[in-house]
Amino acid sequence: MSPGQQPPEPSDHEDLTQPEDLMAGFRPTSDGVTARFARPEAAIIRDLVGQVVELVVADIPAPDPDELAAMVGISDSTEVPDDPVLARLLPDGYRDDPEAAQEFRRFTESGLRSAKVESAQMLLHTLPASGGKVRLSSDQAEAWLRSINDVRLALGVRLGVTDDFDGLNEDVGPDDPRHAYIQVYQWLAFLQESLVAALS
Amino acid sequence: MSVAPVEVTRAETDEETIVDRPWITIVWNDPVNLMDYVTYVFQRVFGYPKPKAEKLMLDVHHKGKAVVAAGAREAMERNAETLHGYGLWATVSHDT
Repeated sequence: MSPGQQPPEPSDHEDLTQPEDLMAGFRPTSDGVTARFARPEAAIIRDLVGQVVELVVADIPAPDPDELAAMVGISDSTEVPDDPVLARLLPDGYRDDPEAAQEFRRFTESGLRSAKVESAQMLLHTLPASGGKVRLSSDQAEAWLRSINDVRLALGVRLGVTDDFDGLNEDVGPDDPRHAYIQVYQWLAFLQESLVAALS
Repeated sequence: MSVAPVEVTRAETDEETIVDRPWITIVWNDPVNLMDYVTYVFQRVFGYPKPKAEKLMLDVHHKGKAVVAAGAREAMERNAETLHGYGLWATVSHDT
């Protein structure tokens, strides 16, 4: 697990934020949480959340031809997805029992995909593309938590994050294409932590 | 989670087995999920008080995994499904 992130240094994020908006994160309100997003921040989050949705809805295994089965979320899918990001987002439910893992996947994967898409849609619905102030009920905040976590899981897989990962290291210079993504990854950790704290 | 648990015939799960060797839900460590978030999820999903949720989270973090619930197989599968919805890496197994 990751112990989390300190607020990023302002100098790292000139391209992401306006100075007055720097990383206040989420704060609790009487009936939920609130945060303010600069336009580029909103754009980055919306883009990444959209990418996760595309990944989760793409390549959906054929639904069970049985109408009832389709209705309760049973699919033909029994195998771990090939894409390592999808494999992380839709993990096996059994570790040492391949048969039980397949059966579990058949009964849960379709619902899990739908739930991830619903959370993402809730986030996209409540985060204006232009940024600005966002007010969330606690249910909406839950959807944000799950959705931002999915984005971080996806970025984590793509960036090869490990337990020893403590952010930017010497291997990743400013010219490295991963550099910006690592900053975004850390920023999202901070944002998610502030959301957990605001909800607690 | 939007999907109702599905009734599955588990002929092999006889009563005695449940009593003697319960099924368990295990959460595995991963490098991405935030410690505070995992604690929050344990509180939310299982209704555990914060100290218990925190202890389980630290077990996952330091020992690589923790048993977060025990009971009937169907209930443990529902747990795993719910935890997957939160992005935690959870599996079901028979207690040994």
